[in-house]
Order: sequence, then structure tokens, then C-alpha cells
Amino acid sequence: MPQAPVDTSKVPPLTEQTRAEAREIIARYPRSRSALLPMLHLVQSVQGYVSPDGIRLCSEELGLTKAEVGAVATFYTMYRRRPAGTYHVGVCTNTLCAVLGGDAIFASLKEHLGLGHNETSDDGTISLEHLECNAACDYAPVVMVNWEFYDDQTPQSARDLVDALHAGNPPAPTRGPSRLATFKEVSRVLAGFNDGLGQEGPAAGPATLVGLEIAKQRGDTAPPYPASASPTQTPEEP
Amino acid sequence: MVFTPVLSAHWDEPDSFTIDGYTRHCGYEALTKALAMQPDDLISLVKDSGLRGRGGAGFPTGMKWGFIPQGPEGQGAKSHYLVVNADESEPGTCKDVPFMMANPHALVEGVAIASYAIRANHAFIYVRGEVVHVIRRLQEAVQQAYAAGHLGKNIHGSGYDLEVLVHAGAGAYICGEETALLDSLEGYRGQPRLRPPFPATHGLYASPTVVNNVESIASVPSIVLGGAEWFASMGTEKSKGYTLYSLSGHVTKPGQYEAPLGITLRQLLELSGGMREGRTLKFWTPGGSSTPLLTADHLDVPLDYEAVSAVGSMLGTKALQCFDDTTCVVRAVLRWTEFYAHESCGKCTPCREGTYWMVQILERLEAGDATEADIDTLLDTCDNIFGRSFCALGDGATSPIVSGVQLFRDEFTQHLTSGGCPFDPAASTVFAGVSSAGVTA
Repeated sequence: MPQAPVDTSKVPPLTEQTRAEAREIIARYPRSRSALLPMLHLVQSVQGYVSPDGIRLCSEELGLTKAEVGAVATFYTMYRRRPAGTYHVGVCTNTLCAVLGGDAIFASLKEHLGLGHNETSDDGTISLEHLECNAACDYAPVVMVNWEFYDDQTPQSARDLVDALHAGNPPAPTRGPSRLATFKEVSRVLAGFNDGLGQEGPAAGPATLVGLEIAKQRGDTAPPYPASASPTQTPEEP
Repeated sequence: MVFTPVLSAHWDEPDSFTIDGYTRHCGYEALTKALAMQPDDLISLVKDSGLRGRGGAGFPTGMKWGFIPQGPEGQGAKSHYLVVNADESEPGTCKDVPFMMANPHALVEGVAIASYAIRANHAFIYVRGEVVHVIRRLQEAVQQAYAAGHLGKNIHGSGYDLEVLVHAGAGAYICGEETALLDSLEGYRGQPRLRPPFPATHGLYASPTVVNNVESIASVPSIVLGGAEWFASMGTEKSKGYTLYSLSGHVTKPGQYEAPLGITLRQLLELSGGMREGRTLKFWTPGGSSTPLLTADHLDVPLDYEAVSAVGSMLGTKALQCFDDTTCVVRAVLRWTEFYAHESCGKCTPCREGTYWMVQILERLEAGDATEADIDTLLDTCDNIFGRSFCALGDGATSPIVSGVQLFRDEFTQHLTSGGCPFDPAASTVFAGVSSAGVTA
């Protein structure tokens, strides 16, 4: 069934500040067109998707045609053609996560939320999609919300998670900052505007550390740097 | 010593990702040492160490650096670039993301050293967009490194200048292919380029460019500090050094294990508690879904570039995805094939059309709604993709299918004779039998 057109009255407009920030991004690169991907993230940070206005803004600032910008925007999965929810929920259903429980989690969330792949709830709170591998296979099955990790999920924990999102009370990511940022806030970070939250959260999750822990229990270390190569330090010394 | 933590040695310290946490363990000392060396001597050092690309292909890193034209003539006179491939997206691969979260400064230091060696004044870290906390940590590490004088103008008073930018991708597995990555970084659709010319002469902005994986670059500071012989004292004859192995799937302790190249899966499983209780290993990938499947018969294969090739697979990214006897191989292969179909960039016909049709056939097979001839059609399609695609994505797409059918043809046939999948997907979940997991029928 074709989806209704986007209700643009609910979409915040791109402003002169957006344009100024787009120029700030362009200034970071040796050649202007390299700024296009972060600029599209910037558009999503204001509007929650890549709108026709966003494509126009990028084309004007970079001296490209709208077709050239549209061709790029539609190539990459993270650029959305309809507004994402405040919380964009992704369930990994690539083989390993799928087998370990991702399929059951995605099926459960679809039913629980009444949403299909790439659909957004009527109140704009939650959008849902299934993901390809998100490089967290040692924490499978993995759910991402706004590209933050929610590791080692079950159908129940994932339902609880989306209920908390609906209630406006999102739990902190497993390996991330103490507060879950919105889809738009996260898109600003992807555009290259750091939010200062990188210092929060753990250095590593438990699975990241299992090998190191076993090495320590066994007393295994890398050979020390030879004295001739580095007189002061070895890799193990504090 | 079975395990040799170097990259991961301090990940258990709560501030390992900060500049203080890094400098406490001789962080940025390698940069000082490197800047006192001649760039060509650094290239020789990395060549001598035997470091090979950790992104999957295993190409010698120092040799790649040596291909960059130097001097005032021709291509050598153009700006040089270093681009770090942090687009980790190969199914099963999960080493660079936790590494950059736990110690982004080791990467930043490696970037500075490598850029100096190839005489680049501009470096990019192209990181996949779907891992925002990793992107924050990289952005902040680069900021901290600038503030501390490890990046920017006149680094450590050496007269060497380097600008580093963290660039977030936007969701495209193909951008892990180095020429597609360069197109993406130039603001185009991420589609691979015809080679030659190679990136070493005509890379980013048609200028000399090195594209290296995160782990390769992050290994460089330790080589500078410890020397080539120290690095080569670990590993096997042609596969030198330490590396990160990522264990996942139906194992007791999934996670990151840092060991010399050449460790076996049997060793890793024995020391980490093995497969989950009551189950046996059915099939596994040595280095992501693009590397042909192996079985319990291959537990003693040394996990280095040569030995894994010798049994018909590839070391790849050392992503050891282990599946137990509850897992349907047809389902696993279908899912991987769906992935390749989704991620095929569309540039070349064999991959674009082939992956699409292979999904159709595998769906019929999984449902038991196919014939024996469909299995042969599947293999025939693979034959028309492998070696005939524009880049390695197409080749990779055939790996799970060809190896899956070779090893488990009976199981494919069983789907046809029993009218569908004989496996219970609930049994293969990690929460099988756990009532609090809330599985609804």
C-alpha cells in the first residue's frame, strides 16, 4: 500500500543557521563535494529525513544539480525518505543476530508496535527497521536505537525498551552515553558537530574484555619491547 | 603465551579511551620517535615487520606505503592522502568498532605516523555512520590530539603538519571496498572504481592515497616502539604479529581475543569455554560471511593467511562466527545472500542481478518449494558471478552458497524432501528455554 505523502507542516524548516552550518562543513574539506554526506546528515538533524528542501539546499551550496544530490541521498541506507521517529529502532537480522534471536525480536517488535520495516508510529515517537550487521556480533542479538548499542537483547527486553521510549523514559544505551540522544541530535554528531558525550559510558563492554581477562588469568602477555628499541617502556607496564 | 594483548592491553581501564589513559601507557611516544626518523625508514620498518592488512585482504602494509610516488615530479608532486577504512560492516566482523570505542588514540597516533611516512598532510578516518558513540570518541580523540600538539601544525616541533578529519558514512557495506570508499568520501555514490590506476597513484581526488584498515594503522605505533623483530617474533612465517580475533555465535564467551596469527579455533574455544553447553560446532566462518564456511574438521587449521587459504577459505577479518547443530545452514546462507543483494551497489550486472535471483532461489529452497535442479542453478549462478563481478562483493556473495552446498548438500535436499525447514529456529536462539525472554508463539 503506498504511504501517504509526508505532512510537511509538521517538519521544521531548514533555516539560515542550517545553511551556515552546511558551509562550515564544506570548509572542513579540501574539495567541497566531499561535504555532501555530512550535509545530508545535517539535513536529517533538522528535519528527521532528507526532504526535497534538504536536497535543494545541498545542491545550491555545492553547485550540483538536485538530481546529483538525490542520486547520492537515495544510495545510502541511513538517509531516510520519510521522517524517522524521535527514536529510530533497528534490529539486526543479518545471519548471526537473526539466528541468535534477532528474527524473534524483530517479529515481536513489529507486532508490539504495529509497525513494519521502515515505518514510523503515528505520534512520531518510534520508527522501526531491520538492520544489516552492525559490528557487534559478540553482543548478539543487537538492537540499535538512534545508532546507540542495546546489547544482548531478548524479545521481552526489546519490548520493554520500546515501551520506555514511548513513555519518554529511555534507558541508557549499553555502551554509550548516560542519556539516549534523539535521532536528530545524533544526526548532528554524524554531520561532524560533536556533542561532548564521548567521555560518558564505559571504555568497553564485557564481551570486548573477555579475551583480555583470560589472558590475565593465564598470565599471558605480549613479549616486552626490547631494551634497544625502547629503553623506558614495555607494553605491559603502567 | 597463547594470548598477546597489545592493542587490547589496557581496555579494562575505565579511561582507556581518553588521552590521559593513552599517554599513561607510552601513548604518542612512538610518534616522537617516528618524527625523528626519515619517512622512508619508517616505510622500511613496517615492511620489515611483516605487517599485513587487517581489513581482510592481508596485503603487506609497508609495501602499500611504498607504492606512493614521491618526489617533485608527476603524481608524486600532488597532495598525498591517508584514508583509514573504519567502515567495518562485513557480517561477523566486530573488532574495529570496540577497538575505536576503547582506544581511539592508538588509531590517531598510527594515523599521524603513517601520514608522516607517506608524506601526507591530510588524513581522513572514514567510519561507518551507524555507530555514533564510536564516532564521538574518534572526534574527541582527534580534538584532544590537536590540543596536545600531536596533530595540526609543526607536530612535536618537527615542522611536520597534519590535518585529520573524522568522516561518518551513511550506511553502505560497499564503502568498505577501498575505491568505493574513496568515491563516497568524494561525495558520490559509493561504487567501486576500475583498477588500474590504483589508489596509490590515483586515489582520493586522483591523488596518491593509502587506504588502510583501522587495526593495521593502530598496530603501527607498537611496531615503531618495539621494532620490526619484536613484531615479527609473534605469528607464523608469512603471517607476522598479533591480531584481534572476534569470536561470536553459539559460544560460551563471545568477544575479542588478541593473539599471534596462527592460533587455531580449537585453542580459542578450549580456552574460552567452548560451544554452549550440550551443543557441537556445525559450521563457522574464519573471517566474515565472504569467507567460505568451514566445519569442525577445520578446528586445527592455523588461523593465518596461508593455512586458511590452503583449506579453501580466507582469513579475512578473523571474524569467527560459530554456529552449532541447531542452526539451519540454508537459513544462514539465505540471510547472508539477502545481505549481499541489499548491499550490491548496482554497478555491475553479475552481482546486481545474480544476488537478486539467488535470494529468490534460496527462499524457495528454504520453504521446500524448489527442486534439486534449483540447487544446481544456484551453483551455476555463483559460477557466473565469481570472477566476473566488478569488485570483491560479488565474489564474497558466492562464498556462503558454494561452501554451504559443498559441505551440506544433504541438508539443502532435505528441505525439498521434507517440504520445508526441518529445524526449529527457537532452539538456536540464545534465549532458548529462558521463560523471562518473553518469546511469544
